Amino acid sequence: MALRHFGAAAALAITVGLSASPALAVTEIQWWHAMTGANNDVIVKLANDFNGAQSDYKVIPTYKGNYADTMNAGIAAFRAGNAPHIMQVFEVGTATMMAATGAVKPVYKLMQDAGEKFDPKAYLPAITGYYSTSKGEMLSFPFNSSSTVMWVNLDALKKANVEIPKTWPEVFDAAKKLKAAGHATCGFSNSWVTWVNLEQLSAWHNVPLASKANGLDGFDTVLSFNGPLQVKHLENLVELQKDKTYDYAGRTNTGEGRFTSGECPLYLTSSAFFGNVKAQAKFAFSAVPMPYYPDAKGAPQNSIIGGASLWVMGGKSADEYKGVAKFLTFLSDTDRQVFIHKSSGYLPITKAAYDKAKADGFYKDQPYLETPLLELTNKEPTDNSRGLRLGNMVQLRDVWAEEIEQALAGKKTAKQALDAAVERGNTMLRQFEKTAVK
Amino acid sequence: MQKQAIFQSKLLPYALVAPQLAIVLIFFYWPALQAVIQSFLLQDAFGLSTSFVWFENYLDLFKDRAYFEAIVRTFFFSFAIAVSSLSFALLLAVMADKPLRGGTLYRTLLIWPYAVAPPVVGVLWIFMLHPSLGVLSRYLRNLGIDWNPLLDGDQAAALIILAAAWKQISYNFLFFLAGLQSIPRSVLEAAAIDGARPMRRFWTVTFPLLSPTIFFLLVVNIVYAFFDTFGIIDTMTRGGPGKSTETLVYKVYTDGLLGGNLGSSAAQSVILMIMVIVLTGIQFRFVERKVTY
Repeated sequence: MALRHFGAAAALAITVGLSASPALAVTEIQWWHAMTGANNDVIVKLANDFNGAQSDYKVIPTYKGNYADTMNAGIAAFRAGNAPHIMQVFEVGTATMMAATGAVKPVYKLMQDAGEKFDPKAYLPAITGYYSTSKGEMLSFPFNSSSTVMWVNLDALKKANVEIPKTWPEVFDAAKKLKAAGHATCGFSNSWVTWVNLEQLSAWHNVPLASKANGLDGFDTVLSFNGPLQVKHLENLVELQKDKTYDYAGRTNTGEGRFTSGECPLYLTSSAFFGNVKAQAKFAFSAVPMPYYPDAKGAPQNSIIGGASLWVMGGKSADEYKGVAKFLTFLSDTDRQVFIHKSSGYLPITKAAYDKAKADGFYKDQPYLETPLLELTNKEPTDNSRGLRLGNMVQLRDVWAEEIEQALAGKKTAKQALDAAVERGNTMLRQFEKTAVK
Repeated sequence: MQKQAIFQSKLLPYALVAPQLAIVLIFFYWPALQAVIQSFLLQDAFGLSTSFVWFENYLDLFKDRAYFEAIVRTFFFSFAIAVSSLSFALLLAVMADKPLRGGTLYRTLLIWPYAVAPPVVGVLWIFMLHPSLGVLSRYLRNLGIDWNPLLDGDQAAALIILAAAWKQISYNFLFFLAGLQSIPRSVLEAAAIDGARPMRRFWTVTFPLLSPTIFFLLVVNIVYAFFDTFGIIDTMTRGGPGKSTETLVYKVYTDGLLGGNLGSSAAQSVILMIMVIVLTGIQFRFVERKVTY
């Protein structure tokens, strides 16, 4: 306690010492984020533009490490009583943030209180659905969204005389041919094994991952991804892993280099992989929608998003909230959204921005940048495809990945692995439910 | 001889040790106490709802098969790391102890890996042995070995043990070299005159005289394997595939920081703390008595 006061006093002394000019009128808004490289530049530019456009508020962006680091830093800061105003949290942290009633200020309420014009219908429902309650109240502000797409090495396909596959059986077939044509170690692969092969697969085929609309309608949700479709899919991967037609590339995105190096000609991962592909791939490439099983009824449905959203932290003054609200309005501006979309490769979050990018002819040269949007808006989202919100999602994913790894290594059958993943996941969800604020 | 220093004032000695005491209290006892308190609580990540659950976190741990497996795994890892790095370091030290041209250079080079931070060690070995990035993996595959530590738990475990042992070799080497150099030459020469061959001299003279060093290093290495391999595991396997490289310390991290289950994480830390106390106790008890055979 004493130390913290000392730190605060020292910080104050330094600030007072440095800023001799009367800067008291400006309300500072802290924005913690996890963006690096070109995306960090986008953030800095957004903050600078906002600060230049008015003189009442000053947004100060701070890089806090990767997504998990940023979230942990925010939580630690909250516990210590100095949380930032705005915190960028990746989509899997949604349930944790949402459960923290009092720690966060829901965006719809923020806008209401601050009297800012705010129409939730202006945003793409496939994106906002993830961050809204079942009543449609937006809890966090979508910032950078992406979705899963299949990256295709067009040159390799041409050489092996293979068409771009649309369904899973076609993918398996194409991968076998590619393997025969020289891609001996990897016909196809994917990053984020659970996101791609459980979460997106389930949404894309309109089957539930968990009860209560995948957790959107309450924390007392029960996992159910050990159904026939998911088991069949994992069985296929296990079978193909044996001769490396499919080759597992790890839990996160560390295996993405296998696509850009040309090793894996078909690779499922985030659409935000675009920047790296563009910079590194020495071949013609494209990004196409995720494959589906043609015998599954209603497939393809629509995909769900990845990426992050901006959470407004609780316990700040009305004036600060007004500034935050103004900043969110500023971010929603159509031209600004088009700018974010074009410079970062992340999706536009408003319908108007999407239409404008289309009208600009942005997708004419690079049609694959529209792929994730087409996937997200493919059909009206159902309870199985609106999004998912499960507590302890970061660790849940690790547990699921562990079980999938066991199956791919031949230590368990696909069914055993998914049953175990469901069972262990449910235990963790009950644990989360116990600690969640009611 | 006078054993006690005499202070004029009764308060002065307390005042003199006070800064040190304050540091120990703030940076060790306070967090340790916090961990003990936290281990009795069930709390969400933000600390908004807290309930006191007595020993529930501990009981949950003992009921958890994964925790038991992590204990066994950690002991196995520690043993494997300690034995492999100790024996290899001893071999190197014995060879470097011989009169060699450029011996100092060899010694300096052998000490280098110790200066490398554990995560960097992880990255170094990843570059050599990652299934798709690794330089060595290509050779292994050409030899017909299906090298894939991303899926094969045994290979991943071997990889962690290899990297962790590699880093510790330098440290052990230093101590062994110093130990070897402090063995009186006359004893070895006497043995040589008696007709003992080098191998026999080593096992009957050198090795017993090194035993205090070996025992000290064994404890240090086990503590290292328990706690300092975190960075290596995090950069190389993140505890996977499956749970095949998740040690106790890594589990504290995944459960607490990634999983937000602070109560269980704190309970695990407390158990680890007890383990260290026991290990340190053993070390003091035996090293102080100077193990000899």
